[in-house]
Amino acid sequence: MPKTQWEIRVLKPLVFLLGLVPAGLLVWKAIAGELSANPIKDITEETGIWTLRFILCTLTITPLRRISGWALLARFRRMIGLFAFFYGSLHCVTYIYLDQFFAIDEILRDVAKRPFVTVGFAAFVMMIPLALTSSNRIAKWMGGKKWRLLHRLVYLTALGGVIHYLWLVKADTQRPVMYGGVLAVLLGYRMWEYFRSRHVTEKTIPRVKANLA
Amino acid sequence: MLIKQADEVHPSEITPENVYLNRRAFIRIASAAGIGLASSVVFPELLHGQDRWPQGKKGPYDVDDELNKFKDITTYNNFYEFGVDKSDPSENAGSFRPKPWTVRIEGEVKKPATYNLEDIVKPSQVEDRIYRHRCVEGWSMVIPWRGFPLADLIKRIEPTSRAKYVAFETVYRPEEMPGQKRRVLEWPYVEGLRLDEARHPLTLLAVGLYGKELLNQNGAPLRLVIPWKYGFKSIKSIVKIKFVEKEPPTTWNLLTPNEYGFYSNVNPDVDHPRWSQKTERRIGEFLKRKTSMFNGYGEQVSGMYAGMDLKKYF
Repeated sequence: MPKTQWEIRVLKPLVFLLGLVPAGLLVWKAIAGELSANPIKDITEETGIWTLRFILCTLTITPLRRISGWALLARFRRMIGLFAFFYGSLHCVTYIYLDQFFAIDEILRDVAKRPFVTVGFAAFVMMIPLALTSSNRIAKWMGGKKWRLLHRLVYLTALGGVIHYLWLVKADTQRPVMYGGVLAVLLGYRMWEYFRSRHVTEKTIPRVKANLA
Repeated sequence: MLIKQADEVHPSEITPENVYLNRRAFIRIASAAGIGLASSVVFPELLHGQDRWPQGKKGPYDVDDELNKFKDITTYNNFYEFGVDKSDPSENAGSFRPKPWTVRIEGEVKKPATYNLEDIVKPSQVEDRIYRHRCVEGWSMVIPWRGFPLADLIKRIEPTSRAKYVAFETVYRPEEMPGQKRRVLEWPYVEGLRLDEARHPLTLLAVGLYGKELLNQNGAPLRLVIPWKYGFKSIKSIVKIKFVEKEPPTTWNLLTPNEYGFYSNVNPDVDHPRWSQKTERRIGEFLKRKTSMFNGYGEQVSGMYAGMDLKKYF
């Protein structure tokens, strides 16, 4: 399929560059002095929100592919998921290094005592096995069933991300609630699919295979 | 009621006192530094690469800490009436009109009335004070305020013996304050102090900072500054001051009573339920510093809280 290959050759680098834009903008703003008076907070917030956005993006791929029938979309899911992990790592490093400056005792106390930190930390930790098992080879070695089961952790990560956001705002819950709404739609679609597919089993089999591609 | 009609020209309509004082300050700075840049007043940081204000000897209430930049003080604000992001107040406060301005003073006072701002400010000696400012979110600044002690006004107003607390209210103008169009907080914003706190010499009614009139995003034209309490106690754009018998409601306490108490004294030993108050990031610095009890004003204010359980009355 030369057409598909061509699309991938053009689109993949494009999506990759797009994924770097938020980080690039942040670096540029920092150099140009465009960040606020509290740049560490800006970096924390920007990397955090982009983690959540990429998580939601990666969860959008499958529904979008099913609805549009554009199978090629599946080829971007891993990259977008890895970008979520990339921004999540930046977010975590910003907290440990820039914000707390490696005050391990303070960090541990935060993780233990502050529910929003606990949830955020757990959400990040759950992304680690997903990132580690993202390659085709490992997926094949694990077997599709196990791999898919493991990668359902992304639902918990997403939920954790939204709760982390919701629990850290002081008064205005509008934005976290919005992200929560998007997540609810994405998870709701899957539940709807799941219950529907139980009635039409034969249709779901090729789908499962497509998931592995 | 005592509403003076503006048939006379108010001094502020000719040359605001602050601008007038500013000119003198400018001459002083310019001649001292030998730099004839008019912009040095507007952008004091041009002078030495950092803001310098005020010049001269420090008063008994000034702290020695290095001042934060004018730009930081005027662009990094919590003023939810203009939006919830730190940059919102400076970006959205442009259409707010702090002039003309009246303040209603009522409740347990001998002379309840609505006063023009000039009549509130003019009888007092306006002075510059360098205060620490600690936000409940864990950041802090050092700000050269211009204002006069609230105690001055209270003396003139003559509260009755029944007055035990003072309640304050921010203006409600959703047309000029876009943040008020959504009910993020209960509008109008209200705050309160015990009468002895209100009378404390550190408690300032501010009309300016860095020797200039207050900008809208900093609570123009009249705001409270209570340096030993978390920033949200220092209510902005005040239109009402009411003397009352009972502890008045306060906005953040109404929203989340377990997170924001009536007193809200800076206290490193009482954490906000969701984050630690042990340390703070001074804006402009990289490493966090330890937060001091009463924001470092313990010597002056701790007497007011003698015998009180500050964990209970947080």
